[in-house]
Amino acid sequence: MITLGVLERSVMNALWESPDGLSAPELGERLVAVEAPAKRRELATTTLLTVLSRLESKGFVSRTRATRPHRYHAVNSRSEHTAELMHEVLQLAPDRDDALARFVGGVSPTEAETLRRLLASRGTGE
Amino acid sequence: MFAASIGLAILALALAWPVPIALAKASWPARAPGTALALWQAIALSGGLSMIGALLAFGLTPFDGDLGSAARLLSGRLLEGPLPSQTGALQLVALAGAVVLGAHLVLSLASTAVSTDRERRRHRALIGLLSSPLQGSPGTRMLDFPAPVAYCLPGVRSITVLTEGLVRVLDAAQLRAVLAHERAHLRQYHHLVLLAFKAWNIALPWFPIANRAEKAVALLVEMLADDDARREVDDASLATAIAIVGSPWRDGDPTAASTASDELVPEADPETLGARVSRLVSPPAALPAGARPLVLVVSFALIASPVAVLLTLL
Repeated sequence: MITLGVLERSVMNALWESPDGLSAPELGERLVAVEAPAKRRELATTTLLTVLSRLESKGFVSRTRATRPHRYHAVNSRSEHTAELMHEVLQLAPDRDDALARFVGGVSPTEAETLRRLLASRGTGE
Repeated sequence: MFAASIGLAILALALAWPVPIALAKASWPARAPGTALALWQAIALSGGLSMIGALLAFGLTPFDGDLGSAARLLSGRLLEGPLPSQTGALQLVALAGAVVLGAHLVLSLASTAVSTDRERRRHRALIGLLSSPLQGSPGTRMLDFPAPVAYCLPGVRSITVLTEGLVRVLDAAQLRAVLAHERAHLRQYHHLVLLAFKAWNIALPWFPIANRAEKAVALLVEMLADDDARREVDDASLATAIAIVGSPWRDGDPTAASTASDELVPEADPETLGARVSRLVSPPAALPAGARPLVLVVSFALIASPVAVLLTLL
C-alpha cells in the first residue's frame, strides 16, 4: 500500500533527477521501474496527475503547457529546499516568526573549547 | 479610581523595567526553570494587563469608574456632547490608549500565530518530501544534511527531525538524549510559550524588556527539556550531546563543509550553551524549601492584582 505522502516523495525524487522535466506517463514508467519493479503495477495516470497538481498548488512543481502531454518540473532542487529548511531552523532569516525549538544553537570556537574542557574534567570528554 | 490607576501604573512600570532586568540577571532560574518560567509568564501577562488597566482606570475617573456607563456616554455623546464636565483631553487620550494597546497586543499575537502556522505548514510539507521516516520511530524523520541539527515541529502529528550529520557524530546514548529532549518540548507545548513571548517582543519592540524576556524564556524552555531528558539518559551523555552539536561543525568533519551548509553558520549564543552544560556538569543545589511555592504565590498575585482592579471597573 503506497500512501499519498510516499507517492509525493517518489514523484519529487523523480522530478529532482530529471532536469528536463517529465510528463505524467513518463513519470509513471519511471516510478514503476524505481519503486515497484517486482509488482509491475501500473500507476494510474490520473493518480499521478492528482499528486502533481497537489504539488503544483503547494509551489513545489511547475508545469509547461506548451506541449501535450504537459511537462512537469521541480521548481527548486532538492538541496535548495534543504537549505531553505535549515535556514529557517537555524533562524538565519530574521523575518521568520516561527521559533522552532532546536536542540542547541551554535557556539564560538573558544566556548566550544571551554565546554570540551568542562566535560573532560569530569571524565566524560568527547 | 485615580489611586487604582496610579497603583497599576507603578506595577506596569516595575514589570516593564526593573523586575525583568533583575530576573534576567538572577542565577536561581537555572535551579528551578519551571518555576522561573511561570514567573516570566506572570510578569508578561500582568505587565500587559496593568498597562491597559492603568489607562482605563485613569480615563474612567470622570465616569465614576463605571465602564458600562462610560461606554454608553461616550458612544452617545462623543459626537454630540456634552461629556461630563470634568472629562479632560487626557482622560480621552488614556481611554483611546487603552483600547489601542489592548487591540495591538491581541492582534500581534494573532498575526504571529497565523504567520507561524503558515511557515510551519510549508516546512512540514517540505519535510515530508525531503526526509524519510526513521524505522521503528514513526514521529522521527531523517533529513540528508551534513551538519548536526535536531529540532521538532509541533502539530497534530508532531515530528522530530534529525539530520544525517547528527546521527554521524553522536553515539546511541547521546541520540537518545536528543530525542528525549525534543519530545519534552513537544509534550510540554513549549512552542506556545515561545510564540506568546515572540508576539510580545514583536508588539513592543521598543521595550528592551520584551527582548530579554524572550531570550530568558527560550533558555528556560531548553533547560526544562534537558531536565526531562535526564530522566532517560545520564547527564554526561546529554551534556556531551549539547557540546558536540553546539560545536562549530566544520572543525571536525570535512564532509560538513559542503556548499549547502557553508553559509549556514548559526548565530553564536555561547551563554545559552554554557548555562545548559554547566548545570548538567555540576548540578547546582536545589532551591531552599519554600522558595518555589513563594515564587508561585508571587506569580499568582501579579496576575490577580490587575485583574481585580479591572473587575471593579465593570
